[in-house]
Amino acid sequence: MHAFNYHRPSNVNDAAAQAAKSADAKVLAGGQSLVQAMKLRLSAPTDIIDLGMIKDLAGIKVDAKNVTVGAMARHADVAGSAEVKKALPALAALAGMIGDRQVRNMGTLGGALANSDPAADYPAAVLGLNATITTTKGTHAADKFFKGLYETALKPGEIITSVSFPIPRRAAYMKFKNPASRFAIVGVFVADTGAGVRVAVTGAGPCALRLAEMEKALTAKFAPESVAGLKIKPDGLNSDLHASAEYRAHLITVMAKRAVEAALK
Amino acid sequence: MGAPLIGARIQRKEDYRFLTGAGQYTDDVTLPHQTYAAFVRTPHAHAKLKSVNTAKAKAAPGVLAVYTGEDIAAAKLGGLPCGWLITDVNGQPMKEPPYPVLALGKVRHVGERVAVVVAETQDQARDAAELVQVDYEVLPAVADGRLARAKGAPQLHEAAPDNTCFVWAIGDKAAVDAAFAKAAHVTKLDFVNNRLIPNAIEPRAANGSYSRADDSYTLYVASQNPHVERLLMTAFVMGLPEHKVRVVAGDVGGGFGSKIYLYAEDVVVTWASKQLARPVKWTAERSESYVSDAHGRDHHTIAELAMDQDGKFLAMRVKTTANVGAYLSTFASCVPTILYATLLAGQYTTPLIHCEVTAVFTNTVPVDAYRGAGRPEATYVVERLVETAAREMKLDPAEIRRKNFIRTFPYQTPVALLYDIGDYDATMDAAQKLADVAGYPARKKASEAKGKLRGMGYAAYIEACGIAPSAVAGSLGARAGLFEAGEVRVHPTGSVTVFTGSHSHGQGHETTFAQVVADRLGMAVENVDIVHGDTSKVLFGMGTYGSRSIAVGGTAIVKALDKIIAKGKKIAAHLLEAAEGDIEYASGVFKVAGTDKQKTFGEVAFAAYVPHNYPHDKLEPGLNENAFYDPSNFTFPAGTYICEVEVDPETGVVKVERWSAVDDFGKIINPMIVEGQVHGGLTQGIGQALTEGAKYDSHGQLLTGSFMDYCIPRADDVPSYQVDTRETPCTHNPLGVKGCGEAGAIGAPAALINAITDALGVKDIPMPATPQTVWRTLNQKKAA
Repeated sequence: MHAFNYHRPSNVNDAAAQAAKSADAKVLAGGQSLVQAMKLRLSAPTDIIDLGMIKDLAGIKVDAKNVTVGAMARHADVAGSAEVKKALPALAALAGMIGDRQVRNMGTLGGALANSDPAADYPAAVLGLNATITTTKGTHAADKFFKGLYETALKPGEIITSVSFPIPRRAAYMKFKNPASRFAIVGVFVADTGAGVRVAVTGAGPCALRLAEMEKALTAKFAPESVAGLKIKPDGLNSDLHASAEYRAHLITVMAKRAVEAALK
Repeated sequence: MGAPLIGARIQRKEDYRFLTGAGQYTDDVTLPHQTYAAFVRTPHAHAKLKSVNTAKAKAAPGVLAVYTGEDIAAAKLGGLPCGWLITDVNGQPMKEPPYPVLALGKVRHVGERVAVVVAETQDQARDAAELVQVDYEVLPAVADGRLARAKGAPQLHEAAPDNTCFVWAIGDKAAVDAAFAKAAHVTKLDFVNNRLIPNAIEPRAANGSYSRADDSYTLYVASQNPHVERLLMTAFVMGLPEHKVRVVAGDVGGGFGSKIYLYAEDVVVTWASKQLARPVKWTAERSESYVSDAHGRDHHTIAELAMDQDGKFLAMRVKTTANVGAYLSTFASCVPTILYATLLAGQYTTPLIHCEVTAVFTNTVPVDAYRGAGRPEATYVVERLVETAAREMKLDPAEIRRKNFIRTFPYQTPVALLYDIGDYDATMDAAQKLADVAGYPARKKASEAKGKLRGMGYAAYIEACGIAPSAVAGSLGARAGLFEAGEVRVHPTGSVTVFTGSHSHGQGHETTFAQVVADRLGMAVENVDIVHGDTSKVLFGMGTYGSRSIAVGGTAIVKALDKIIAKGKKIAAHLLEAAEGDIEYASGVFKVAGTDKQKTFGEVAFAAYVPHNYPHDKLEPGLNENAFYDPSNFTFPAGTYICEVEVDPETGVVKVERWSAVDDFGKIINPMIVEGQVHGGLTQGIGQALTEGAKYDSHGQLLTGSFMDYCIPRADDVPSYQVDTRETPCTHNPLGVKGCGEAGAIGAPAALINAITDALGVKDIPMPATPQTVWRTLNQKKAA
């Protein structure tokens, strides 16, 4: 790891101000991606702005319509929250599937979204539930947040503060794990919102994406057989050692079908 | 004394320090004035070194020195030697191209060392390593062993035309061919035994220090055999006398073979410590380990089995290309030959066997012994052929094996080995019972009702352990002896320290060996300490690999114990005023036979060190004995594994549902430790078959360079194992022991692939059978 300057602001405005000062500054949330990249010398920020001491960024609030999760809520907090489990069990289950125990105790929702790893789990929930992302500069709709490989709508120095997930009628997430890294090779989040069905996929493309054809079929009839026969085109899907584009396309259908089955249980 | 200690499930003495962070691993050793090394490694698989500019690195903060291959050459250090000479079928010795400790002129695999930076801190060394400017002229590379001898393939070494290290063969080819010509049925398979990357929990580390006071060196190193490391480093590389070099390999966190060898980094830190007159430490990062620790396996094999109309084996014909990587690692040459082809008889009476092995150089990390070393590859050949033959001939997999089992011992195989003893029916019977083979049809039906495919697979393996009779090894090309040494030091009040040339890096020798000693001497295990891993304490040693420790190292200790007891009887006879021949030793007491006159072991030990009343005219004081043991034969652990898998045809995911393992390790000292070894071995074997596989692209880039892509199995990848043992004691060592460390890794891959191919209804599937591979195999079957 290269040497860097370490900052630990006590409020988010100071953090944003500090982040704006240096082009090579990085905001540190849970550090489960950034610190690894730094240790491998793939990332060498001049300044690290640690959000760990900012109390306002943690916490989970549940009301009748929304589950609102602070940007610094750890995956384990969301996975273990009795309120989230009750109001939005699919979200708690998703958080419980991220990485391993150590990662879940450190990794955060805000960090995961800002990083937008193509194989991260949370983007599927954000997109599938049509969540709203609140930042130091305003709000982002889920549909306009993920822009590409490790690319989001966040501007330099803009820090996520919380994410609000509308509570659906029913939802489920099905993840097919990379056997080695346990990231999602394909993860499908299906949500029946009451006003239509949303289907979001992570792991398959450069960033999380929605599947219009499946949403249409499921909105017409929310049943596994609605998607079981829908073949996804492999064009443009990720391809690597563990899964070709064709295999990923096949897995999307299988995981979507199983997510619907799970949502109906 | 109470219950016998041989066969007791005693908790491991060493675990307290390991589990409480009190272990002393190489990286834990920090010496006064410590410095740190970082290696500059090539990102290219094959390139000419046009220039290596170290000026910027030398000027960086904290940097003490930067050395390149030129500096090593100027210091006249030799290259790394290979410890086993294989003779080509043309009568010539194998090709041994130079293996420089720092690259000179050319690099031949990603990760090869180009330069080393030594600095005051580890971070400074790593920062400066990034400043070494290397001008590479990138050359085409070859990584796949099957392509190494192709026309126009990139050539690695001038000294090895066609990238060929050797072509070696064993067996009577003409007789084998004749048997095939007359066979009623021939089963043929063509497969790759996948390349594996060892992942010991402790990465390699080395800390070299030099003393001006007496012109001596000490090397702390994560090694499985410190004496051999010292021998190779002093005699072959550095030209130093052995008495000036001490090698210490204290606590070592796993090896699996990868820490047997002399590595370049060990030489560099030792040499550099003298240049700087300061200790130099290097600890590998995990990503460095992936491209610098010797890999395992990597065979391409075409194997055939000839049978009569009843399924009786007539002959076996095997042709293997072994990818040895860019250079010959310490034991690289004996693994795909001596440790492989000699095991092709398996548990069967196959009368004729021929095997030809071509070893090739490629632009990949050197390949050497990895848990099982040649024997997993041989077992895979034999047991995949046998199971496939059973299916083709519509025979039950157990039945075809029983038809061909060896039942008369000693048994001379057609591939050099002489099996002393075994009972293959016993392990097969027990495994079938444990596996509830009778209940399988119902389980298969239940799986099918869930939309899953179920399969069952067998493997009846044999291995040659207790390596090795030195004379036999020498006649086969070994450049070292393969005996073991042990020393028993009895202290004045009767407690005992035992020094062994075996090395424990997770196997639990400190407990197992202490049980042997305490049992023989009739004392508590707590009164016995085992010391290993330090050339200045242990008289000599050949180290631990090939499941040899208890059979060879344990026997050396037993021989020393016999000398202790013999001397003790002399002392006791004097003290008890009896004839030496009348003294009996049992349960910690020397006794005059038929009387109640006795002296305890402690009293005799005390007399030996406080020899006021002592037979000085006949006996030296003290009670300390050593022994060397060179075995008369290998040992032959064997067993049967039966596993069941359930496959999800939609995703290709294989779940290992049941695993039954029955092994014959001869006498067992500590069943709990043996079970742990079996569990670990099985898990590594399941890893090879299901999850692990090193992949290089055509440019020689390692695509599986970290845990992100290289998948070692985790707890949820393996079932809860059912293990049991049967016992035919080894006939030629006093403990009757055979060794157990590698069995699981040897037998598991064949059993698992047999089960998966059974579930899928296909002849073969490549390892590792990842979900994608299973899915593709099912698609191909549908299309066909």
